[in-house]
Amino acid sequence: MKTCKEAHRLVIEGQDRKLSLMERIALRAHLMMCGACRRFEAQVQFLREAVRRLPGR
Amino acid sequence: MTEAEFQAELNRIRPTLMRFAVLQLRDEQSAEDAVQDTLLAALEGRERFSGRSQLKTWVVSILRNKIVDRIRQRSREAPLPEAGDNEAEDFDALFAPDGHWAETPADWGDPDRSFEQGRFFEVLELCMKALPENLSRVFLMREVLEMETEEICKELAISSSNCWVVLYRARMRLRECLQLKWFGQGVEA
Repeated sequence: MKTCKEAHRLVIEGQDRKLSLMERIALRAHLMMCGACRRFEAQVQFLREAVRRLPGR
Repeated sequence: MTEAEFQAELNRIRPTLMRFAVLQLRDEQSAEDAVQDTLLAALEGRERFSGRSQLKTWVVSILRNKIVDRIRQRSREAPLPEAGDNEAEDFDALFAPDGHWAETPADWGDPDRSFEQGRFFEVLELCMKALPENLSRVFLMREVLEMETEEICKELAISSSNCWVVLYRARMRLRECLQLKWFGQGVEA
């Protein structure tokens, strides 16, 4: 089982590279159990979306 | 659209282009130049603008390319310093020794509610401007110019491990800044 520390790293790296199948499975398993990391993932996705909206607004 | 209408429309979106370019290039003069080049290219390429996409979208895509050109040129002239490799320290502050969050990430709620508020984007710009130059350059290439990470490392001639560290730091700083200056203010609810 991944710790939050390991999971947060995969969440962030997932923004910049394609995670391996094993990494994705491990991350999903962790996220299913962990509300804190789900929030973190939502924050990271929010950031991307927000920055991409900047030029068009 | 007549030529006059076309020009009027370009003039209307000029301030948006300028703000975007300043944010990217961090320098009024280069931003001004990039925007000028863009408007010229738009005028010259008016035939190619079929009206299928929004004019603004089309012009912003031209501007993106002009900005990428300038960033490339800059990177050749002034290479970025390598970020220190104390990545472990970055992680450590956020987590308890057992690997749990030292502080549980806050619930940012429905993003669209923030996006609907103009003030939100002012705060976001503020936070982006607060990023150190080296973090900001890489982050913007990745997120605003939507380049692939590999491409960025190659372009800037930095190692890929360095690229990851820089992107990681930029994301974490922005997150912290938004938490502090936007979500922490209780404006989202």
